[in-house]
Amino acid sequence: MSNINRTDLIKQGAIWAFIAVELAFFSIAGKFLSVTDATFMDPENMLLLLKQSAPIGIIALGMTIVMINGNIDLSVGAIFAMSAVILLDSMGWAWMQSLGVWSIPISWGLALLTGVVLGAINGLIVWKTGVDAFIVTLGSMLGYRGLVFMYNGEQPTSHLNWTLVDFAEARFLGLHTATWFLLVVALILWLVMTRTVHGRNAYAIGNNREAAVNAGIRVGPHFLWNFMLIGFLSALSAVVFYSESGSVNPNDGMLYELWAITAVVLGGTKLTGGYGSIISTLGGVIAIQLLRKGLGHIGSDTETVNLVIGLILIAVLFLDRQLNRKGKEELRV
Amino acid sequence: MTDQSPILRLENIVKAFPGVRALDGVSLDLRPGEVHALMGENGAGKSTLMKVLGGLHQPNEGKIYIGEKQVVMDRPQTAKQNGVVFIHQELSLADELSVAENIFLGELPRKSLGRVDWEKLYTDTDAILDRLNVGFNARTRVGDLSIANQQMVEIARALTVDPRAVIFDEPTASLTDSEKVVLFDVIADLQSRGVGVIYISHRMEEIFKITDRISVLRDGSYRGTLNTAETNEEDVTQLMIGRKLDLSRNKVQHEMGDVALEVRNLSCGKLFHDVSFTVRKGEVVGFYGLVGAGRTEIAETIFGLREPSAGKILLDGQEVTINSPQDAIARGISLVPEDRKGQGLVLGMNCRDNMTLPQIGELTSGPFTSDKAEVAIFDKYHDALDIRTPGWRQTVGNLSGGNQQKIVIGKWLSMHPKVLIVDEPTRGIDVGSKSEIHNLIRDLAAQGYAVIVVSSEMPEVLHVSDRIVAMFSGRVMREFTTEEVTENNLVQAISGLSEDRVA
Ligand SMILES: Nc1ncnc2c1ncn2[C@@H]1O[C@H](COP(=O)(O)OP(=O)(O)OP(=O)(O)O)[C@@H](O)[C@H]1O
Ligand SMILES: [Mg+2]
Repeated sequence: MSNINRTDLIKQGAIWAFIAVELAFFSIAGKFLSVTDATFMDPENMLLLLKQSAPIGIIALGMTIVMINGNIDLSVGAIFAMSAVILLDSMGWAWMQSLGVWSIPISWGLALLTGVVLGAINGLIVWKTGVDAFIVTLGSMLGYRGLVFMYNGEQPTSHLNWTLVDFAEARFLGLHTATWFLLVVALILWLVMTRTVHGRNAYAIGNNREAAVNAGIRVGPHFLWNFMLIGFLSALSAVVFYSESGSVNPNDGMLYELWAITAVVLGGTKLTGGYGSIISTLGGVIAIQLLRKGLGHIGSDTETVNLVIGLILIAVLFLDRQLNRKGKEELRV
Repeated sequence: MTDQSPILRLENIVKAFPGVRALDGVSLDLRPGEVHALMGENGAGKSTLMKVLGGLHQPNEGKIYIGEKQVVMDRPQTAKQNGVVFIHQELSLADELSVAENIFLGELPRKSLGRVDWEKLYTDTDAILDRLNVGFNARTRVGDLSIANQQMVEIARALTVDPRAVIFDEPTASLTDSEKVVLFDVIADLQSRGVGVIYISHRMEEIFKITDRISVLRDGSYRGTLNTAETNEEDVTQLMIGRKLDLSRNKVQHEMGDVALEVRNLSCGKLFHDVSFTVRKGEVVGFYGLVGAGRTEIAETIFGLREPSAGKILLDGQEVTINSPQDAIARGISLVPEDRKGQGLVLGMNCRDNMTLPQIGELTSGPFTSDKAEVAIFDKYHDALDIRTPGWRQTVGNLSGGNQQKIVIGKWLSMHPKVLIVDEPTRGIDVGSKSEIHNLIRDLAAQGYAVIVVSSEMPEVLHVSDRIVAMFSGRVMREFTTEEVTENNLVQAISGLSEDRVA
């Protein structure tokens, strides 16, 4: 049966091949163009890269599930910022400070709860009104960002807790805390999508909603769970990031939704739903971070980086279309 | 006729897909003015052969000749330019567009500056629709049409060019008898103009009524061509399935139990009105009527997909409210829907996952789904229904139409429902599997299942039912027992004519 899944394997392997190409390119190009003496493929550099992929990576993993459902969530960046504000602000509350170290898990809990609640609001609206998730979360993206500004005006919210900073900067088996969070989330979600009923239903709903309804799957609650999940992951991403940095600007997390979607799409997940893989998204996240870092390494500025990533995204989608058509012998339209 | 040179010839066509050799050296020729049947079991390769001819698939080997000239059918347009038009098994229409736009899609008549010439578009379309004698017009939105009428739109699309050869891939699968008559008129008309017609169908009576020759495929290989006038159903069947088919199995009357499902005065808006009937354990009740008589809607209401506006549903004597399919499934009601692609299958998923979808929640060990339990279910129904697929990992969208239908049936059988509703159970199913499915329905009843069969095929309803409910325009006209029913009084009942008026 191996030949049936060959096209699938090729598609899932593509992103990793792309990563290998990037690595080779930047290592060689870096020799000639690098602005520093450091080699690109340095292990320390690579570990740092993984750490830096974590904030958007954790969100992108959740986005994969939402997109397999055939939905999308544009409000993740705003949820990220709002959860960060709650995280840092709550640690400054008087009664929290009286709790000593216990304030840490409580503030984490509050931040994560914020994410879940904001996600649940998205999910409930999508479920109960039947309005397209794109529109609902476009609205909530603006609305939640408004909340962030209402909270503290234009001021940054800051609170540095040294216990937390130590935790965030800790390394276990060489990997940073943030990397561990990314990998564990990826593992759990991979299991969810490949081995559980919830994952199976997600694919079914994204592929043919009517058939899923006929099979007795409750589509509305399923959507709600996934929006709560991506809300939770956006908050988790904030928790991981701001435990270390200790200060959040009201504009933080802007465009995160687009970076997350870019990573998901690079990983081969279909915008129309029904197809996609967690592991490939992880590849997409790493590929983007590699590009950013690599282009920086050979001296490009941010604008160039964005331009290149944009071009690559379009090229990848074009290739994917060609491959799909050849592979599946689809009707030519 | 034999001395006429063929319009087109296929020579030694080979087409392989990953894991399947769908065509293994098939040859075929089509003469002007003939209707050439292509027959074979589900998955025999009929559609694939036609897709090769229509430029949708590239053959691995083999040649195609149009007249004397060899042509490489590299894309559908090439086929069209050579006068070969294709009416597909599966509908491919844009729901949001009008009938006219669908028919002339891609070749809309233009005025200056690229503006669409709507007037010409509509008159041209109406001219074609007139030929087809249909009850809708050029401006109707395709999404508002019944499946049968959508099929007519597909046919109309083929008639926009002056074709030399027309391929019909199971055109009658969703047509009513009167619509079929119209289609056969269209075919006769094409025939009289010297057009060659390739006609794929699983319905023997049609084949013997309208075709001149019959070519048979089995497992991708060519089994021969027969002159329709010189052969009979048994011989064709034998050629198709490689053995004799035992159609003589009599309907076994078995013990019936208590009433499993009772419907009292059920109404749903304008769709159906004041419908009452009962189904007992061990009984098969057939619902017969024209397309649009409200049969499917009754099934959907019982399954929780529609909200009734009045009336009651009772299961085992207890009144129940069914608000959703999951309520229905939890109470042991299953529905095999009419439109397998739209409502029955998740086309992008593999065979096994489709089959286990409604019960995946029970097939778990710990938090995870159990591969073993799932494969066991797939294997069981794969064997029971003789599903042709290279393995459970095959994407359902790649199966032949009939095998897709079997996956849907297997899915609901595996739920062991108390009440099983099957809407058009054998649409697009080959003769061998059809009688298997009929036997299966009888066997299920014998095991105590209460079964409702909705069908537009009279022989099917007569064959499987213990009782027949005849419907017309949203109302139950009459109930027949097997003793009472005749083809005549059944036809009268479903056309809304009362007996005395006709007699
Ligand atoms: N795109 C595809 N990819 C892989 N396998 C395919 C593809 N299309 C068809 N097949 C396989 O080729 C075989 C022939 O299929 P085909 O659709 O031609 O059958 P058919 O004779 O038209 O059957 P039916 O009567 O059920 O419509 C089947 O085994 C089917 O699974
Ligand atoms: Mg077919």
